[in-house]
Parts: sequence; C-alpha cells; structure tokens
Amino acid sequence: MLETVLFYVFGSLAVISALLVITRHNVVHSAMALAVTLLSVAGIFLTLQAEFLAGVQVIVYVGGILVLFVFVIMLISVNRAITERQFNRQWMLATLTASVLIIEFAYVIYQGKDSFRLPPAVAPTIPVAGNTELVGTALYTNYLLPFEIASILLLVAIVGAVMLSKKKTQTED
Amino acid sequence: MVPTHYYLIVGAALFTIGVIGVLTRRNIMIILMSIELMMNAVNINLIAFSSHLQQVTGQVFAIFVITVAAAEAAVGLGIVIAMFKNKETMNINEIDLMKW
Repeated sequence: MLETVLFYVFGSLAVISALLVITRHNVVHSAMALAVTLLSVAGIFLTLQAEFLAGVQVIVYVGGILVLFVFVIMLISVNRAITERQFNRQWMLATLTASVLIIEFAYVIYQGKDSFRLPPAVAPTIPVAGNTELVGTALYTNYLLPFEIASILLLVAIVGAVMLSKKKTQTED
Repeated sequence: MVPTHYYLIVGAALFTIGVIGVLTRRNIMIILMSIELMMNAVNINLIAFSSHLQQVTGQVFAIFVITVAAAEAAVGLGIVIAMFKNKETMNINEIDLMKW
C-alpha cells in the first residue's frame, strides 16, 4: 500500500517538474526543477527495491551532473538569454509530433500489459544477498568488460572536457 | 504492488517530455537538461524490468547509462563553454558555423 502511494507521489512529482524544466524561461529555475525530477526518479528506484541505484542516482546525478550544470550557468551570463525568444518557430509541430509519440507509447504499453503477468513461481522472491552485493557481483563477474570500457569512456570524457575548455596557449597559434 | 506497466508509462512520459524539450527550446543548456531527462526515462524502464524479472542485469546496465550520462554532460558542457567564449550566445539558432 505504502509502495503504491509513494509511486504515485514520486511519479507525478517527476513528470510535473520535468514539464517545468522544459517550460521555464530562466535557466536556473529549470536546473532546480531538474533537481526535483532527479530526486523523484531516485524515489521511484527505491519503490522498485533498487537501493544502490537510488544512491548512485542521488550522488552522481544530483551531486555531480546537476552541480556541473549550475556551475556552467554561473559562468555564463543568463540575463540576455531570458529576454530572447525561448521557443523555436516550429514548436507547435514539434509538440504535435511528440504527442503522437506518447500516444503510441501508451497504446503499445496498454496492448502488452497482459504479458507483464508472470507465473507465480517466478514472481517476487526475496533475494538472498543485498541489492548492492548483487549489483557488485554482477558488475565484477559477468559484466567486467563493459565495466572496464565504461572506465575508458570516463577517461576519454575527462580528457575531452579539459581539452575543450582550456585556454589556447601562444605556441599553438 | 504497482504493476510494471505503470512504471513504463512514467518512463514514456519523461522520455516524451525530453523529446519535446530538445525539439522546441532554443537555449542549449535546457537542451542538455532534456537529454538528461531522456536518459532518466531509460533508467526507469531498465530498473522496472529488472525488478519485474527479478534479475540484476537491468540495474547493471542502468549504471552504464549513468556513466554515459556523466561523460556526455562533461563533454557537452565543455563544448558549451568553448562556444560561449567564441560567440557569446546560448541560442542554438545563432550557432550556425557549420551550416552550408
């Protein structure tokens, strides 16, 4: 019962603040609405018994990526951007197309909802180990190669970000 | 117990909101935020199925998605800063250096 209530609270919070993200004129307000969305998504993870992912979501998204966003907004002057036109000329067409997309999603999901009923033998069994332990075991055994590739991706991203934002030295020109 | 397709509906709604943001906004920061919204929608779907099938694979892939999102944010914001140094604008309609 509590799980259901929490799902509705976090789900509606996530969707409403996501709408705020794409409609606010001020970028700072959008970033704050994005924080609410990310925290609500962490709450949704909790209702799905994914405690480790909820922690990772809060630490990496809210503590890392969002702070990076706010930092860049701080470096860049937002005053001129607020007074400009915020939406494309084609925004009506884009919204219409995206509405078709959500209708398609809803239709397909509702058509297939009966296939989500699993036989009772497979349905909720309590895992022996904790969630973090299970994720860690899978990450370091079956998915070791993707894990290493992800670490290389992060290294490349660090080098790329530093290269992009550093000052040009005299000798390069 | 919430049915799995409710989670899928939330994911679909977040993804569509992200698509609308990318398609309609002209501020590059908000476009990057909309991309993060879409990544979150994917994560909700992955973890909903992970919980539905009682397998941990979906959560492992959600970690990889979060990794990619972090890398994308770092590089994307680096590009934004480099571009702002050159053009002094966040409006994507004025960034048309490579338009032919």
